Amino acid sequence: MSGINDFAFKMATVNGTGSASANSLLMQAIFRMGVPVTGKNLFPSNIQGLPTVYEIRVSKDGYTARPHEVDLVVALNPATYAKDVASVRPGGYLLYDSSWPLEPELVREGITILGVPFGKLCVEHFQGDRDRTLLRNIVYAGALAALLDLDIALIGRMLVQKFSKKPRLLDANNTAIRLGYDYARAHYECPLPFHLERMDATSDFIIIDGNTAAALGAVFAGATVGAWYPITPSTSLMEAFTMFCRQYRTEPGTGLARYCILQAEDELSAAGIAIGAGWAGARSFTNTSGPGISLMQEFIGLAYYTEIPTVVFDIQRTGPSTGMPTRTQQADLLSLAYASHGDTKHIVLFPCSPEECFYLSVTAFDLADRFQTPVFVASDLDIGMNDWMCKRLQWDDSFQPDRGKVLDADDLATVKRFSRYFTEDDDGVAPRTLPGVHPAGAYFVRGSGHDKHGQYTEDSDAYQEVVDRLRHKFATAAHSVPPPEFINGDAGADIGIVTIGGCRAAVLEAIDRLRAKGINADYMRIKAFPFGPQVRAFLDAHAKVFVVEQNRDAQLRTLLTAETGFPRDAMTPVLDYGGMPLTAQIVVNAVATQVQQVPA
Amino acid sequence: MTSIAKPPIRHPGLKTNSLGLTPRDYEGVMSTLCAGCGHDSVTAALVQSMWELAIPPHRAAKMSGIGCSSKTTAYFMKQSHGFNSVHGRMPSVASGANAANRALTYIGVSGDGDSLSIGLGQLCHAIRRNVRMLYVIENNGVYGLTKGQFSASADIGSTSKKGDANVQPPIDPVLLALTLGATFVARGFSGDKAQLIPILKAGLSHNGLALVDVISPCVTFNDHEGSTKSYAFTREHEVEIAAADFVPLRREITIPASDTTVQVVQMHDGSTVRFRRLEDGYDPTNRDLAYAHVRACQARGEMATGLLFIDENGADMHAVAKTVDTPLAELPFETLCPGQTALQALMEKYR
Ligand SMILES: Cc1ncc(C[n+]2csc(CCOP(=O)(O)OP(=O)(O)O)c2C)c(N)n1
Ligand code: SF4
Ligand SMILES: [Mg+2]
Repeated sequence: MSGINDFAFKMATVNGTGSASANSLLMQAIFRMGVPVTGKNLFPSNIQGLPTVYEIRVSKDGYTARPHEVDLVVALNPATYAKDVASVRPGGYLLYDSSWPLEPELVREGITILGVPFGKLCVEHFQGDRDRTLLRNIVYAGALAALLDLDIALIGRMLVQKFSKKPRLLDANNTAIRLGYDYARAHYECPLPFHLERMDATSDFIIIDGNTAAALGAVFAGATVGAWYPITPSTSLMEAFTMFCRQYRTEPGTGLARYCILQAEDELSAAGIAIGAGWAGARSFTNTSGPGISLMQEFIGLAYYTEIPTVVFDIQRTGPSTGMPTRTQQADLLSLAYASHGDTKHIVLFPCSPEECFYLSVTAFDLADRFQTPVFVASDLDIGMNDWMCKRLQWDDSFQPDRGKVLDADDLATVKRFSRYFTEDDDGVAPRTLPGVHPAGAYFVRGSGHDKHGQYTEDSDAYQEVVDRLRHKFATAAHSVPPPEFINGDAGADIGIVTIGGCRAAVLEAIDRLRAKGINADYMRIKAFPFGPQVRAFLDAHAKVFVVEQNRDAQLRTLLTAETGFPRDAMTPVLDYGGMPLTAQIVVNAVATQVQQVPA
Repeated sequence: MTSIAKPPIRHPGLKTNSLGLTPRDYEGVMSTLCAGCGHDSVTAALVQSMWELAIPPHRAAKMSGIGCSSKTTAYFMKQSHGFNSVHGRMPSVASGANAANRALTYIGVSGDGDSLSIGLGQLCHAIRRNVRMLYVIENNGVYGLTKGQFSASADIGSTSKKGDANVQPPIDPVLLALTLGATFVARGFSGDKAQLIPILKAGLSHNGLALVDVISPCVTFNDHEGSTKSYAFTREHEVEIAAADFVPLRREITIPASDTTVQVVQMHDGSTVRFRRLEDGYDPTNRDLAYAHVRACQARGEMATGLLFIDENGADMHAVAKTVDTPLAELPFETLCPGQTALQALMEKYR
């Protein structure tokens, strides 16, 4: 299966030993050789001492999903030797630290075992425990460079860039790379049968994680108030927002900030701050993960009912409860769609990649303002924290934000009576006013029952008039949210595969592989809730529908049935919820075993 | 039940402020609280304070949580935006609103349940953030709206209407605020407007969070013998440490009729608070002294009132965040979006 520019390898190390920089150096170098590459950091919820794995997939065809098996494993964590060795594909390779005798656990038939004395080389060439531990990672990077034919001169240039201001570290890193490289070349036939060759397939691309891209989207959309409470895997979103704001939002001359970032005492407060700021007219957001979403429920209902725009990024992780904080999942779909008590429904956007995190982040702010409601962006740990190869992000300078219907002082000067929750417009959106603009625009926001004027009410008809308009407004939004992504197989496919978010990569790869098996499938990826009419049409058009998602309870399927009326049992769930990014193999197996192949 | 609008009767004889507005222009819809409720007196004091300061109503924002006390933001300044949020969470909403538009005058009204029970954390962190706002706690020792359960400020031994005695120690917002580093801490009594109004006015001009704890008896559930938040108890046990006169900017300064020494504290906007000393050596800018004084009063079974502590030099939320003077909500999009050229330059870093 593997070959030139088509293989996968992984580094199994111990968390906190500094392997991250060696791993990203490897990935970056492959990218700069023009070869499509993805890296997945499968890390533990711990700062030091637990097993951590970094997987790199090289794919000349541009497949980015997590590989089903790996061709080579660098086994540097004795605690996970058995598991790591078992994960090598038959005929693959194991690279271990031969400073010590080969552990019996590492011995396996049918694979090639390569030893490089990483530890010993470091002891001989470097001083101090810290350097010896850290540089061991660079030594294995050097060995891999030899085995996989990574451009060693390129790596040298990258090190110069990285350590331009730290000559001592530059020397040490150069030595370390060479140690591994030379040892591997002296002792083994290099390169291995699967290895790298320069291509020109990455020049239009960047490597970025989804949280960084989403934060950038918030900056470009004009968000000025960000509130948060730290939680993995969403923290890096606000860190990136802070970094970009310092760079782009510092007022020339004064050095003052055109933004305000508040680290709140908890997620209730973070939601409250975002809503308060949205009410006062700023574009605001908060970013969190499942546990934070649970805490924000009451506030979300308030913003829904009082029609206040804000954006909430949910970087989903494995639940329930604290769950597995550093593992990925798509299990917040239902709790986002219907967040809070009472009749509530929300716009939710589902990016499939960092690239889409950027664009949908901008869309989210527009939708929030336009529909005067909280909008969720449901990303996940895999998209948010892993480095993905994406198309260069683009910006159209003619873009103007859609701030929705907001009455200004001139409008208000002529208005007879401002009624906050009344409109005759078809979209069901009533114009709002901002505090401080005009006395005629004053109204009283209340989460208690209110009539169309915003006055307190306990009258059934007056209450219903408002909530019915909210329902209508939500129905309108179905036509304004991003439509699904469709990719049709050969005409007349009777299999339809529905998926969502980051499953895209694995599902598209699976569809290609199924086609090679003679199974033809159409594809629909949900990009937003509420569902537009195209969603039901796709379901109706396919005799056999699969719904691929990353949660135990088939939440997307539930949502599809609840909101389109399409029968639940007519959709076969394909579920993967162990916390790892989806592989194409899971989808291929699920579909292939279900589909009766008619002989041609 | 819907809100009751007051008939718009003009009293030709009513005095006007520098904006040409009468106190009636600072009123809201008719109160639906119980007759005699302390909260209504606080509302009246707020109306008077805002009117005297001539704050343009539409430049003020009224923030509250949930409770009888929190409802009162509807009963004053009908030309101001109001935000009746969720129980105990007004401080975060006010923080966000202030972050977005720093140019408005924020008036937060809360209750002891709202701020000392469910919302204690939010209150503490708003104090730490030093959000520029007047923060009034209408403190009656009970949950009025849910019919008289003890709140976190009920005193030990205080009895509920049903006769149960409270055994848990109370949280005193004044001591709490002093401990947390609040830059303006005061206590008043709903039945003493002469003292309360200058405090509220000073609080409205303060450059940070001005916490004003107002003992505001609940006549329905907590105005009886056993309660320290009753009218009778408060009247008898109130000790005023220093009488404050607030002198706004651009107004004639008159020396108050008093033979005690006057200490003048300058507010950030140039207006002043003048303390007439009632007790020897009381220095309202000394946090430790304020704390000791409140504790000493407590030990004697007395309630310390007045403007207990003020620090006009503390950095408010925006000073800490170093935000621009223009409200963030008013910044033009062009100054916020870096644009395609910047984006493409940035993209090179991700290669
Ligand atoms: C989350 C939540 N829990 C409970 C309530 C019910 N509730 C409404 S007001 C209130 C207590 C209000 O007490 P306080 O703030 O002291 O106001 P008061 O009525 O005494 O002025 C409670 C418990 C609520 N509205 N929301
Ligand atoms: S129940 Fe108490 S606090 Fe509420 S309105 Fe009546 S007197 Fe006031
Ligand atoms: Mg109370």
